Amino acid sequence: MKCDVVVVGAGPAGSMAAKTAAAAGLDVVMLEKRQEIGDPVRCAEGVGKRVLCEMVKPDPQWIAAEVKGARIYAPDGTRIVMSEGRAGSEVGYVLERKIFDRALAMDAARVGAKVLVKTRALGLLKKDGVPYGVSAMRMGEPLQIEAPLIIGADGVESKVGRWAGIDTALKPKDIHCCAQFLIQDSTIDDEYCEFFLGNNLAPGGYVWAFPKGDKLANVGLGVQGSKSGSGVPVRLLKEFMKSHFPNGKVVEMVAGGDPSSGVIECATADGVMLVGDAAHQTDPITGGGILNAMKAGIIAGEVAVKAISNGNLTKVGLKEYEDRWRTDMAKHIARSYEYKEFFVKLTDNDLNQLIGSLKNEDISKMDLRGMLRVLFKLNPKLLWELRHLVV
Amino acid sequence: MLTVNRYKCCYCGACVGVCPTMSLELVETWLEVSPECKECGICTKICPVGALEVKA
Repeated sequence: MKCDVVVVGAGPAGSMAAKTAAAAGLDVVMLEKRQEIGDPVRCAEGVGKRVLCEMVKPDPQWIAAEVKGARIYAPDGTRIVMSEGRAGSEVGYVLERKIFDRALAMDAARVGAKVLVKTRALGLLKKDGVPYGVSAMRMGEPLQIEAPLIIGADGVESKVGRWAGIDTALKPKDIHCCAQFLIQDSTIDDEYCEFFLGNNLAPGGYVWAFPKGDKLANVGLGVQGSKSGSGVPVRLLKEFMKSHFPNGKVVEMVAGGDPSSGVIECATADGVMLVGDAAHQTDPITGGGILNAMKAGIIAGEVAVKAISNGNLTKVGLKEYEDRWRTDMAKHIARSYEYKEFFVKLTDNDLNQLIGSLKNEDISKMDLRGMLRVLFKLNPKLLWELRHLVV
Repeated sequence: MLTVNRYKCCYCGACVGVCPTMSLELVETWLEVSPECKECGICTKICPVGALEVKA
């Protein structure tokens, strides 16, 4: 099989890349090793509404819930509310990723991309060290797909980069180990995303409860890998359930690893671009990765079109991808990484002090950055290390 | 050797992402361990559900 671009992985990053490249007339093949796109999810499914809607038309089929704001709980139980807008102004969606991921893949298919499910990349085809395609296994049969350009959208367990000489292996301190239950409980607030902080609840991370409508919620947690241990996330999640949702019924269970490494040194090689979790384009402090993955996918698709037409698919020829994704999100990711490195050192007392200091402040219309500015003003000593990020 | 408790494994792939020698591969619900595994144990500490163990 021959084509212009092989996309490895049909998550949001891969599908957006495939869609963008195929819509511009390229011959695109997208591989997905699973037999079903989007399942099982490895995601809390929360996403900012505005940026998402700039990239894709919202569809009620994949929106599980729309939330008004977020509540953050300190270890001592002190609660603050963020971005609680005036009536009618919402801050985010909680997605149904199983449907969302499929919809994006179908969009790619609709504009001409070929989608091969149950097809797993085994390695890159190389001639004189330069990749010219992917060797794959499709339903147990070997399959070679020749293409001058490969887009690695193969997620946290990415191999494409490593095959191309980019070391994307994650250190334990740079991955968050997650477990999540989808629960049904009459006490769930259908309108707010909730975040619970505390070193006993989720060391180096946090617990989330994101409503999915009609008294359902994704309740999960992420623990910094270096502070975790065998089976720790699931054990902590069960403890959290006991204390916070004692009557919650677990109707689904998932696990996952979330890259929190900060900005990767390099996301391109000769004939290869990495997008999404494969390129660690997640926000290290929130763990969110959907929007960056989609943005990077679009950029990679656009650069693929140019690079194929001018015939320069070397790392130099793909520099535009590197430049554009960095301009778009690297500064934010780098800043969040510094926040993360600081945040993971905080004691519960520190967290109580920080959140407690906001109790009498009106932060209801602030974003995270605005809130940090206020936090710094109120807790200069504790946050001194971060002063260069706040100004 | 590295053992996978397949009754526990939630096939999330976190272990694959941290493996320094690319010895793990997730094939849908099946975690494959290749002979290149150095039994470093990093994956066992990362596994959210405790499905991995290095046994003597």
